[in-house]
Amino acid sequence: MASATKLRILGQRSLQALPALVGIIIVTFVLTRALPGDPAVYFAGPAADARSIAEIRKQLGLDRTLIEQFGIYLRQLAQGDLGQSISTGQPVIKELVNRLPASIELTLVALLLSALVAIPLGILAATRPDTWVDHLCRFVTTAGVSLPTFFTGILLVYVFYYLLGWAPAPMGRLNVMYLSPPHVTGFFTIDALLAGDLETLRATLAQLILPATTLGLFTLAPLARMTRGSMLQVLGSDFVRTARAAGLSGRKVLFTYAFRNALLPVITTLGMVFSFTLGANVLVEKVFAWPGIGSYAIEALVVSDYAAVQGFVLAMAILFVALNLVIDVAYTLVDPRVGIEG
Amino acid sequence: MQARKDGLAMPVAIQAEPVVPKRETGVSRWLRHVRHVLTSNPVTLLAFVLLTVILSAAILGPALVPYDPLQTNASQQMKPPSWAHWFGTDQLGRDVFSRVVVAARLDLIISVAAVALSFVFGSALGAVSGYFGGWCDKLVGRLCDTIMAFPLFVLAMGIVAALGNTVDNIIYATAIINLPFYVRMARAEVNVRRNAGFVQAARLSGNSDWRILALHIFPNALPPMMVQISLNMGWAILNAAGLSFIGLGVRPPTPEWGIMVAEGANYIVSGEWWLAVFPGLALMLAVFTFNLLGDGLRDIVDPQRRT
Repeated sequence: MASATKLRILGQRSLQALPALVGIIIVTFVLTRALPGDPAVYFAGPAADARSIAEIRKQLGLDRTLIEQFGIYLRQLAQGDLGQSISTGQPVIKELVNRLPASIELTLVALLLSALVAIPLGILAATRPDTWVDHLCRFVTTAGVSLPTFFTGILLVYVFYYLLGWAPAPMGRLNVMYLSPPHVTGFFTIDALLAGDLETLRATLAQLILPATTLGLFTLAPLARMTRGSMLQVLGSDFVRTARAAGLSGRKVLFTYAFRNALLPVITTLGMVFSFTLGANVLVEKVFAWPGIGSYAIEALVVSDYAAVQGFVLAMAILFVALNLVIDVAYTLVDPRVGIEG
Repeated sequence: MQARKDGLAMPVAIQAEPVVPKRETGVSRWLRHVRHVLTSNPVTLLAFVLLTVILSAAILGPALVPYDPLQTNASQQMKPPSWAHWFGTDQLGRDVFSRVVVAARLDLIISVAAVALSFVFGSALGAVSGYFGGWCDKLVGRLCDTIMAFPLFVLAMGIVAALGNTVDNIIYATAIINLPFYVRMARAEVNVRRNAGFVQAARLSGNSDWRILALHIFPNALPPMMVQISLNMGWAILNAAGLSFIGLGVRPPTPEWGIMVAEGANYIVSGEWWLAVFPGLALMLAVFTFNLLGDGLRDIVDPQRRT
């Protein structure tokens, strides 16, 4: 019974992602057509003559009505065709797929790091209000939202690479001395583990630690703030008071009753954190020359490679919608109240 | 009013006219409120002091700085901070301190213009959709959902790439990604008041819908919106600086914090830290100021949500 309800809710939630997806596709279409001047000239590249521009215009369908153009755009999307990159001559989709694992690995490690620090910090701050932990938490959350990600990254490079010499040079995923591990998942850490190559794993982690810390510091503030806020609210609620009155141990009340309920609002607000993280990811990738899709987009922006930039925007937006969907599914599965009333 | 000056006459005056000592002019009441706000929380006072510093740098900056921010000097390249050059000099011998101070104006112009645009359009859209509801509400809501479906910084990148790489387009892009926050806030604030007592009274006395919305409801929704503006300013500055950090909008010789950090980043691995650190600190300080200010204002407007 309960699981059937959950399934139905999950199905409804997946359908709710559709309008967002439609909106994203329309916006990216508009952005492609809103190019200043003639898109055909841009897509043809700087060395094109009038004849090849006309050819490109025909090929792109720019001589037709907007509705027809939208139809063509949809058909190309359905075939996974995001156009050609001018600068590299490769299909955009191929480059994005090649570079995506680097970005995802960085983002996930960063989120893991910041969750490991932020959640305990938030809980400690909520259980000990107005102590030094609480003040520390407040300081971290206020300072954290004021820190420009790219600036923290540069500071970390200066301290840990230049001054202390602990970190390797901020140049990509792996030192040139090492060969990248055999491609299985695209995540260098996992691939190195699968290959049993501990030396490469160590080198990968060494490259990963500074960018992941930079990104993690950025997400630390909202996570700690939310954990503290929702923990405070739950600790003041009736069921916690009842549990305490019933004589349950402080530890059991805190972790079994309060924490699990406090986690739910934190999960829902994770979506907003992801929005900022994916944006900050671009900046961190630039600072650390990280070969992910963010630095791909920056390289493309510099040479006005519009197909690549729009492909990147579309890919990020779809990734974001998918992440939100995953978060909601997780929420539905975790929340004990869902399915009971149905 | 005379009675207050004369201490002896005071009790008599109160007995005769109990209301008079309490009545103040609008200006003095406003000043008293400001003093109360500033003294009740030293952090808010600090934020106001910092705001004054940043604003004077933005307004008077070019007149105050010791060097021309664009003047190159081949004999003074890459000098670390000293008495002559407080923040050192860059790869072309330009004075970093002068550049950081002068940059305040451009950074503030970008973020103030962006926030003003999204406040005006966002609150108008939000107020209308909150008051009238119906298809208009649905349409505006759908628009916001679509914007929020993108990672916002990425959307701003796409907009600047599509519209063209200029400072104006950075402003428009930042305004667009901030729009949903204002729309939602204005919508919620207007929606809870649309059937309040004073609105019904205004309606009964024959005011039109638009007049009620503009003169009765909207002014009441303003205080929480002010908090949002202040919190949003910091974020807008960060966004604009991030865009120029990745090479959008502002062009190299122009002093601007984001692009200065980007230029300095190339030298950080060889130890010339002052190129990137000082503009970065200025940026941090500006964002920090607006965030503190927003938190302080929120405590005054809405003590419940104090964190």
